[in-house]
Amino acid sequence: MSCIELKNVTVVYGAGTPFEKRALDGVSISFGEDRVVGLIGHTGSGKSTLAMLLNGLNKPTEGTVLLDGEDIWARPKEISKIRFRVGLAFQYPEYQLFEDSVYKDIAFGPKNMGLSGAALDEAVIAAADFCGLSGDILSKSPFELSGGQKRRAAIAGVIAMNPDVLVLDEPAAGLDPAGREEIIGGLLQYRKERRNTMIIISHSMEDIARYSDYIAVLDHGKIHMQGTPAEIFADAEKLFTASLDLPQVTKLFVELKKRALVEGTDVYTVKEGVRRISSLIKQKTGEADA
Amino acid sequence: MLKDITLGQFFPGNSLLHRTDPRFKILILLAFLVGVIAAKSVYSFALILTVTVLLTALSRLSPKTVLKNLKPLIFILIFTGILNVFLYKGDNILVDWHFIHIYREGLIYAAFMMLRLACLVTGSFVVLTYTTSPLDISDALESLLKPLKLIRLPVHEFAMMMTIALRFIPTLVEETDKIMSAQKARGADMESGGLRKRIAALVPILVPLFVSSFRRADELAEAMECRCYHGGEGRTKMKQMKSRFADWAFFAVMLIICVSVFFINRFGVRI
Repeated sequence: MSCIELKNVTVVYGAGTPFEKRALDGVSISFGEDRVVGLIGHTGSGKSTLAMLLNGLNKPTEGTVLLDGEDIWARPKEISKIRFRVGLAFQYPEYQLFEDSVYKDIAFGPKNMGLSGAALDEAVIAAADFCGLSGDILSKSPFELSGGQKRRAAIAGVIAMNPDVLVLDEPAAGLDPAGREEIIGGLLQYRKERRNTMIIISHSMEDIARYSDYIAVLDHGKIHMQGTPAEIFADAEKLFTASLDLPQVTKLFVELKKRALVEGTDVYTVKEGVRRISSLIKQKTGEADA
Repeated sequence: MLKDITLGQFFPGNSLLHRTDPRFKILILLAFLVGVIAAKSVYSFALILTVTVLLTALSRLSPKTVLKNLKPLIFILIFTGILNVFLYKGDNILVDWHFIHIYREGLIYAAFMMLRLACLVTGSFVVLTYTTSPLDISDALESLLKPLKLIRLPVHEFAMMMTIALRFIPTLVEETDKIMSAQKARGADMESGGLRKRIAALVPILVPLFVSSFRRADELAEAMECRCYHGGEGRTKMKQMKSRFADWAFFAVMLIICVSVFFINRFGVRI
């Protein structure tokens, strides 16, 4: 159970060159184990930079990153320990696969942690299980797998380190709906069992709305909004200024409300939308019968 | 981070050097390089130094950027210097200890060689790579090498290969950076251990890098075929290079400087 916190963090790339870029600008935010935090923002808003700050791949130009109240850069030589505690799965993680079998690839992280023998085997099998990879797939070459399977193998490689904090950058991007379901389903199951802190970065409103208890919106390197999904989606205007949009199903309910068919627009997942609409239909047909 | 490497990088701008026709820039650079190598007397070398400084000023790049990019060369510069100090033989001996002999001429010559190398590199960077986009450079080369088509050399294909190679350097650097980060996130250790361990640590980076390079090459070839690329035959350019009077004048000035180096070489102390 860990809490990770950014305090007034600024990151500047290429300082002093014509390409100087302020990727993050005075960002303060805290991620705790009590919720899944969704980080959303337009391309170039600083999401990925923020992700790399959390496990010490990026060093803040100013400000501090605290893991359970301790500055992760207090002992720079031991930064690799932080990387085992904060697992980060990059965007398109399948491009990092390199071993000759899926099993070996998943074992790369835990092996680097110093695990071996039965403990290593256990970590690999458990991680593969969460990601829906079983039996014969583990002995295959990662390059023989389908896109969705590759993605799951790569994410399993991070989960296998059993990190206290799991950061996922666009875990479902570029996959077909079935692949998305498998990945996200596995991750939610993982979260349910391990109860650790989870941060999902995405620019898909649908994904974020479905999986997070808390949402932070980044825009131009600053925290634009943060709050529960209800709070965020209630202020659609402010969301639009960060070039973002409401989830499709919420938009549908906004339109329905305009036509005075429903009262609330606090619907963020398709499942909830279906429930509301079917009860609405029942209600209407009941009225017609009466 | 790898991203910070600026060796041979293009800095967009609007200085005289940025606006000069890239074909002429290549010719100007050639004249300049001949001058640098030919300079043998104190006076002619002073002229070359002045020209190098002037060219840097013309590029309107901050001296800090230019100097920063000389940094990777420091090792080669020092190495050249040391070699020359110990190996050059002259008349005025300064140190004579066992097998080490250092002459005053050796010190002067070493300093001269280091400065010459610095001029060579600064000149090439400022005239060409910093102020010309890689695309322009290969276009210019293609145009300058056109006469070689007469002896059936595939000039266009050569230029296209160069363009593609140049185009993909930043992409590959970025890709390497990404893969390195991803493996570091899984605890890969690339900074410690002996030679063997370090070479083994490269495998998790090189394998994905090769895989993605082949994938990229395939995709690029397909995309080019989709757009009916079939080599240089009958291919026209969107951006036609047109020389202006200023380009000719600039080139003429550099030629005069180059010729005068040979002339001035006859005067002053020879190095």
